[in-house]
Formats: sequence, structure tokens, C-alpha cells
Amino acid sequence: MKKKKRKLSLSTKRMIMGYIFIMPWFVGFAIFYVRSIILTGQFSLSKLTVDANVGGYSLEYVGLKNFVYAFREHGSFKQILTTSIGNMLIDVPLITFFSLFMAMLLNKKFPGRAVFRAIFFLPVILNSGAIAAMMDLAETMMNGGISATTAEVSGGTSELAFDIEYLVDMFINLGIPSSVLEYLSSAVGRINDIIKASGIQIIIFIAALQSIPSSMYEVAKIEGATAYETFWKVTFPMVMPHIITNVVYTIVDSFTNSEVVDLAYTTALSEFNYGLSSVFSIVSSVVTCSILAIIVVLIQRRTFYYN
Amino acid sequence: MKDRIQKVSDRIKKTVNDPLQMRIVGNDFKNILLTIFKYVILIGVSYVILAPVIGMFVNSIKSDADAFNPMVFILPAHPTLEKYALAIKRLDYWTTAVRTLVYTVTITLVQLFICSMVGYGFARFEFPLKKLLFGCVILTIVIPSHTIMLPLYMTFKSFDPFGIGKMLTGTPGLMGTVIPMYVMTFLGAGLRSGLFIYIFIQFFRGLPKEIEEAAFVDGAGMFYTYFRIMLVNAMPAVITVTVFSIVWQFNDVFYAKLFLIPDNVVISKRIASLQGIIANEDQILSLTLQELYRDAGAILVIVPVVIIYLSLQKYFIEGVERSGIVG
Repeated sequence: MKKKKRKLSLSTKRMIMGYIFIMPWFVGFAIFYVRSIILTGQFSLSKLTVDANVGGYSLEYVGLKNFVYAFREHGSFKQILTTSIGNMLIDVPLITFFSLFMAMLLNKKFPGRAVFRAIFFLPVILNSGAIAAMMDLAETMMNGGISATTAEVSGGTSELAFDIEYLVDMFINLGIPSSVLEYLSSAVGRINDIIKASGIQIIIFIAALQSIPSSMYEVAKIEGATAYETFWKVTFPMVMPHIITNVVYTIVDSFTNSEVVDLAYTTALSEFNYGLSSVFSIVSSVVTCSILAIIVVLIQRRTFYYN
Repeated sequence: MKDRIQKVSDRIKKTVNDPLQMRIVGNDFKNILLTIFKYVILIGVSYVILAPVIGMFVNSIKSDADAFNPMVFILPAHPTLEKYALAIKRLDYWTTAVRTLVYTVTITLVQLFICSMVGYGFARFEFPLKKLLFGCVILTIVIPSHTIMLPLYMTFKSFDPFGIGKMLTGTPGLMGTVIPMYVMTFLGAGLRSGLFIYIFIQFFRGLPKEIEEAAFVDGAGMFYTYFRIMLVNAMPAVITVTVFSIVWQFNDVFYAKLFLIPDNVVISKRIASLQGIIANEDQILSLTLQELYRDAGAILVIVPVVIIYLSLQKYFIEGVERSGIVG
């Protein structure tokens, strides 16, 4: 004989409260993410025409035509996509190690630490959107588009060219493989971008370094480990899980600021080719997500979890 | 004099001959070298970060004569504030800045409220499908926002409940108003809301459960417990999210461009057209001079965020360290 409870039990009550607490996010997720992703997929498979009078739109199914166009005929998409991916693959390890190194420098107590910490986070404020966009737009508007910017770029590099080429020659003579050299020289060339992109990563690593128990360093010291050994046997394994966080953040960040996004944006809002723009978005998102998945799996296999 | 030299050289000889003394000297020497090396790197990198700002600032206080004087480097010969005066006038600075700040701060408050609430829900309550939904939160961090950009544009273009948009702008749809941004933030899908939710989840998980139990025994409701007890205890996470949200929202051009938010509400959009306006309205046709005005405008735009950041910075970095942003 079952007696139905008139009052809800505490756990059921808490369950309902839990749903109420996450409700705003869930509605937003359903409307803005799930629905949008489905719609983007639909747009990419069709030709979209906007009805001017009501602000609505109509779709005409065209199959894979947009995809074929993007890959076979579009002038710059493939090139922009591959350069974006290439830049990202170069940047990720550099940013990760640079920020780890900087975090280790900033983690120790020394006079002026607060000032340096404040400065190192400044790029997050200065880098994003507004100022960069202003510079770009003002330059293209006033100087007559691409020709002016390329002239400026080549002017900028010629100043540096002497040093870099001299060093490259020297290292080639020393017998260092040219692929390594190419990587290093491109790294030196983009040191500016790397420093600017690693603000948040440095902070994440500082937090990670603070969470390493100091007893581990004491043990290492007693056992007679050198600073080098301590780094590879204690510090590095302990921050390994945060390397994943940082890599994920770096990849997502570099893709949101990449030229593919600009291309998708202009294709949609200046050329009104919504189908093609959706193709660009989808292809680049799929590429990002798969790169992300591959890298995370690769790192995770070697990751050591303390807890 | 000779005596003293003799004394010093004796001491040096003594130190050199004693291996233990020698090692201490060597260590000291090594430490000094390392410290110098460290400061060289730190100052160098700081310079790379600060150089553009310094450059812009120097440009902005140059007078017209300085701009064409090749002898002027870093320090202008006749510093002047007239570039700022014109930039402030053309940007309509005070009004726009206040509007931008109001917009940014209100969005941040909404962000704080919604994200902490959702974070609390995930951190403290057990319900079916929790793992799956948590995975979806991570998904919203990872998915680039341009993937969902077009449908958002289409939706808000034709979405017009009760004709609000028509009333405000004369055309159907919510394009050209700030409403889409508020709607999205209210539903936890604003600018990087996923990341903020994640920060709050991690932080609430780290708080002891006893406080809540005590509150519950004393008869506090669940919502009251969250708002008056947990949120107050989550100050480090609140400060972290505040700084991130204000800074990113202030600098955001992606959503501002997507929703065609007018540039008298978001200063980050308005600054883009400053150089053109100055060229046309004031007939300043020399590119070199225009750039000086542009730099003055840029400095004006970053000043509010820098002030906010510097005033919260101390709590902020401590907050990040304790808020479990690292997971």
C-alpha cells in the first residue's frame, strides 16, 4: 500500500530549485546556440533571399553548391583558412611556453612585482577589439586600402631585415636545420603578437604555480635536485593540467581574432551572401574544434594529475 | 692609503684561498647576474607592451610644428593639449563615454547576477542530466561566436515583440538598438558568459558547505542563501568577472557591429570614424596631423578602462589566484 506524499521531499525540492537556477542559461543556450547552429547548417545548404518589406527571409535548397563554391572558386578562402591555421599552430606552443616562463618570473617575490604584473595584463585591455579595429579602419580609410598597408609592412621589415638575415646565415653555418631556423625566425618576428596574446595565460599559470604545495620543492631541495631538475620533475608536471586550459584558450582566442571571421563577416553583411558566409563559419568552426580535440587528446595522454 | 690597499688585498687573498668563502662569493655573483637578467627581460617585455601606448601618448601631445620636426623624438618640443580639445569635441567625448560606461556597467551587473546564479545552480544542486548540461556550458566557451553570428543577426532583425523596435527606431526589428545585447546577457549567452559561468561554478564548488547548511537551519530560503550568503562570500570571483566583463564589453566591436549598435552608445565604434570626421569637418588634410588627433582619441578611449583596471587590479590578481579559474 503506497501512500502518496503530499509534500515534496527535500531532494526533489532541491532538484527543482537547481533547474530554476540554471533556467536562464538553459533558455539562452537553446535559443541562441542550439537553434543558431542548426540554422547556420541550414543556411549553408541553401540560397537565402531577404524579403525587404517584412524583414523576413526565404530559403531555397541548393545542396552542397555553397561548399563547392567556397573550395573550388572563391578567391581567397582557402588561402586565408590555411594561413590562419598555420599561424595558430606556430603561436600556440610559443604562447604557452612564453607565458609559463613569464609566470615563473612573476611568481617569485621581488621589488616591483605588483607593477610588472599590472603591466603584463595590460594587453588584455589594449589588445582587444576597439583600438586595433580603429587603427585598421582608419588606416585603410585614409591611405587607400591595401597598397598603403603593404608598403608600411615592407618598410617595417626592411629595418629589421639586416639583423635577422645575419643571424640566420650564422645559424645555417653552424649546421642548424633550416626548418627549425625558419620557425625560430618567424617566432622572433612575431614576438610582439605573442607577448600581446599571452596576458590571460600568464595569469592562469601564476595561479597554477601558486597552487603547487611548497613541500614538494623542499623535498626536491633536500634530495639535491638542481633548479633545472626541479623545473622538469616538479613544476612542469604540476602545471601540466593548466597547460590544457591555456592551449584551449589560446586556440579559441586566436580563431575568434583571425581573418576567417572577418571574411565571414564581410561576406554576410557587405556582400549579402549569407549562404557562403555560413559555409565559412561552419568550415572554420569544424576545423577549430577538430584541432582542439586532437591537441587536447594528445596532451591529456601525457598529463599527470596530482589529485 | 697604502695601508688600506694592503688590507683589502689581504682580504681578497684570504677569500680566494678559502674554498668555502669562494663559493659564497660565487653564489652571490651568480644571484646578482640572475637578478639583472630577470630585470632586463621584464623591463624589455614591459617596453614591448607599453611602447604603442607611449607612442600614442607622445603623438597626442605634439603640436603641429613638432609633427614635422625630424629632431623631435619621444619628447615633444612644444607639448600641447589642443589635440585633446578637438578630439573631445568631435568624439562628443563626455556624453559618449558616460553612455558607454552606463551600457557596460549595466551589462556587467546582469552578467554577474545571471552567471553567478547559474554557476550556483551547477555547483550546489543535484539534478538529472547535470553532466550533460555542464558539457554544454563548456561547449559555449569553445564554440567561436562567429558560428552563430548569422542566425543571431537574422533573428534580431525580424524579432520584434510588441513592436518595441518599431516604436524606437521606426523600422521593425531590434537592429540598431542595445536591446539584443541585454536580451542575450539576460539569457546567459552574452559576451563570454560561458567563461564567467565556469569561473563561478569552480569557485562555489570550493566554498565549504557548512555556511549554507547553517543558513538553511536558520530558515533561509534557497534563493536568499544564494543571494545574501554565497554571493557575498564569492567576492574574489565576483571581482574577477567584473573586471573581465567590463573590459571586454567596453572593447567589444564584434557584437556592436553585428547588432548595428549606434556609435553614440559604444565609443569603441565611434573612435573608428574619428579620423575621417576630423579630416572632413576641420579640413585637416595632412595625414601626419590626422594621426595625432587619432592618437589623442585612442588615449581618451582607453583611459576609462585603464582607470577601472588599475583600481581593481590588486584585488583582481589575488582574486584570479583564489577563484579557481584554473579548474
